[in-house]
Amino acid sequence: MASPLHRQVANMRKALFDQGFLDEQFVQLEELQDDVNPNFVEEVVTLFYKDSARTMLNIEAALEQRPLDFGKLDACMHTFKGSCSSIGARRMKSECSQFREFCGERNSEGCLKTYQLVKKEHETLRKKLGNYFQMSRQAGPIETACRPK
Amino acid sequence: MNTDTVAKSAISTASSNGSRKGVDGIPDQFPAGLRVLVVDDDPICLKILEKMLQNCLYEVTTCSRAVVALSMLRERKDGFDLVLSDVYMPDMDGFKLLEHIGLEMDLPVIMMSADDGKDVVMKGVTHGACDYLIKPVRMEALKNIWQHLVRKKRNELKDLEHSGSVEDSDRNKRASDDGDYASSVNEGSWRNSKRRKDVKDEEDEGEEREDSSTLKKPRVVWSVDLHQQFVAAVNQLGIDKAVPKKILELMNVPGLTRENVASHLQKYRLYLKRLSGVSQHQSGLNAPFVNPSDAHFSSLGSFDGLDIQTIAVPNQLQPENLMTLQGIGRPNATTGMGITLVDQMNLLNPESQITNSSKLRYGVSQQQLSNKQVNLLHGLSTAMEPKQLMHLRQPVQTFGNMGLQVSEGGSNGFLSLPTQRTGTSHLDHMQGVPVSSSLTMQGAQHRQQVPVNQNQIQVDMLRQQRSRGHLLNEIAGGHASSLPSSIGQQMLSNGASGLVFSRNASVVNGRSPSTGEGCFNNNSPYISVSQPSITFPVTHGTELPGNGFPVASTAGLFQESIPTTGSLEALGGANHLKGSRGAIPSYDIFSELQNKSQGWELPSVNMTYNTAGAVNLSHNPDFALGQQGLIGPQKNGLNINERASREGADPLQNNLSGDNSFRIKAEGMPNLGGDNVLLNDHFGQDDVFTIYKQQPQEGIGPVETEFSFDGFHMDNIPA
Repeated sequence: MASPLHRQVANMRKALFDQGFLDEQFVQLEELQDDVNPNFVEEVVTLFYKDSARTMLNIEAALEQRPLDFGKLDACMHTFKGSCSSIGARRMKSECSQFREFCGERNSEGCLKTYQLVKKEHETLRKKLGNYFQMSRQAGPIETACRPK
Repeated sequence: MNTDTVAKSAISTASSNGSRKGVDGIPDQFPAGLRVLVVDDDPICLKILEKMLQNCLYEVTTCSRAVVALSMLRERKDGFDLVLSDVYMPDMDGFKLLEHIGLEMDLPVIMMSADDGKDVVMKGVTHGACDYLIKPVRMEALKNIWQHLVRKKRNELKDLEHSGSVEDSDRNKRASDDGDYASSVNEGSWRNSKRRKDVKDEEDEGEEREDSSTLKKPRVVWSVDLHQQFVAAVNQLGIDKAVPKKILELMNVPGLTRENVASHLQKYRLYLKRLSGVSQHQSGLNAPFVNPSDAHFSSLGSFDGLDIQTIAVPNQLQPENLMTLQGIGRPNATTGMGITLVDQMNLLNPESQITNSSKLRYGVSQQQLSNKQVNLLHGLSTAMEPKQLMHLRQPVQTFGNMGLQVSEGGSNGFLSLPTQRTGTSHLDHMQGVPVSSSLTMQGAQHRQQVPVNQNQIQVDMLRQQRSRGHLLNEIAGGHASSLPSSIGQQMLSNGASGLVFSRNASVVNGRSPSTGEGCFNNNSPYISVSQPSITFPVTHGTELPGNGFPVASTAGLFQESIPTTGSLEALGGANHLKGSRGAIPSYDIFSELQNKSQGWELPSVNMTYNTAGAVNLSHNPDFALGQQGLIGPQKNGLNINERASREGADPLQNNLSGDNSFRIKAEGMPNLGGDNVLLNDHFGQDDVFTIYKQQPQEGIGPVETEFSFDGFHMDNIPA
């Protein structure tokens, strides 16, 4: 039915869901793609990585402070988490939640550790999605809208 | 597109495929073209929402900064149908934005946040958000947001219809009366009467009213900071005591006029009302009142009877009531019955006239013949349900029902009770210490009342004296009834007045939901004020029904008699009072409600709101209280009735009075109801009946009695 390339794209996509990187929100974004915005998902993800870079800088700056300003950290991470949830970045989002929990507990060490996890997820997802989009473009948009089974 | 770009072009508008439609009519393609403003500091979210909304065929405007969004909303007042706002934004809290939008443009606002904490969601709801979406927002949710617009418009339409119907009914009523009187009921007359009063508070209030009546628009832009200052000032003063002048002084902003503040205060109160409305809706009891549109005007079975507005109800009730109540045996009941709604209307109208001309306001005309009173009582009771009457002894149940069903009617009834007492008591027992109490029904009047208490008291005293001589003699009906007023009774009356007020408020609510809340608030504050101080229930000279009392005459009556403290103190009359109270109160209530409604109606709906707002300005303590107040007033009303009955039956009166005052203070306190209930037990049906019986005999004809509720401050009361 589909070309090998398409199948490969579909597998990549499925893996992203299966491994918990993405959730239903990502499907929502895919469904928003239409003739007017054929690359809507990629546009949004690109925007996310541009914007989140700034947010992460803010968080890192806040993490440099001593003592930690948990209120500020929590606010920053709330924003970041909102962005993550908007693109359906499930794992990143859950790390953000963890971070905020540590903020609530005023757990400096937990915050610092969790931030590293967030950063790692952030980077991992960037690579995976980058590959995925690249592959998708090569294969064409046909299969991209199918839901994960 | 990076964040800088977003910041620079904070606002971008994208037209969807759907064609835009006029705001007024609902276009065929609706909801296509719905103009939505999205405010979110998160560009990703903004982008996604924009796309989603466009896919819904809405016309989307996005904005990354709340402050910009607010200024844009101000510039394009009618440029948007709906606002979708994030909760957490760096430049302005989403709730603040919500508050401003609610305050200034009254647009439906949907809050959204990744935070799904119950507290936050609740905060959104209590701040007036029509919905709260959890991020990430899904397409399914956005597809349906147009319903908020429709719902809002429908509610507004309902309000209009309601108010319209009210007006009609009022007109009819007036029509039945003399045409002359008809016009007297409007605001203008109120204002005049108010102006005549020299109380300090009145000045402010009067001004506020003027503002509302003229619909002055604020020329000051209420920036966030300015509003902040304003809120701080109001909070410092206490919402009930916050009058424009004082707020202005506290704010100390050059160039700001008291009119500006007054106008803003009105809006603020309306806004608070709206907020309180939410909570009210939540509570089942309140619901009827809260949703004025739904409940009041439309005929709710029980409510109708209660509705002051529907005068007819009382009449209908009368026969039945009379039968049941009097039951018992009143030979005369029928005669009383003879009075028709029209008569009542007349009575009401005259009252209004009187009111206008004099401070007395409404109260005056209301005394009806004893028969009428009886009827009124019946009406109330019927509204309440005959059962209740029967069960008076089992006050708890009844009252509970009453409260729920007829908060309005109940309160009215209560109010009237004092008056009734007067009538009845006189005839039989009152002579010793006849106390006439004028009850002022209107909210505006209420304000005045408080300050005027002293005057009123005097009047009352006069009345009392008169009530005996004059009222009885003068009134064609010949019922001048002076109530021997015991303190306890007074208390009751106060409570009653409070109730009445609340009632009115509820009525108002019925018309306009938002207004309603305000009303409640207003009422409660007033009530509280009056309660602490003992109010004199004053029975007034009564005229023939149908005839409008010339204000002068009423005034004369009052003047003539000098109020005596002693009379107030005298408890003896209490027993008789009970019965009479029940009947009269209902009357008063009706009249009051009508008056109020009329007053409100005359001005456009907006006016109504404004007025309410104005009222609120001076007196409202807290909106929250107001909400509670709804429940409370109802209960209070019930309590009053109970009290009245009790008084009649027992010496408990004193206690009751004490309770009442207390309750009044609490205003909103649901607890009060409980207390009352207890008291009720003492109450015997027999007493009521007897009272009624007495009344009919006594009552020569239908007598209009004016009731002015004066809240007497304890201090004022002559020792």
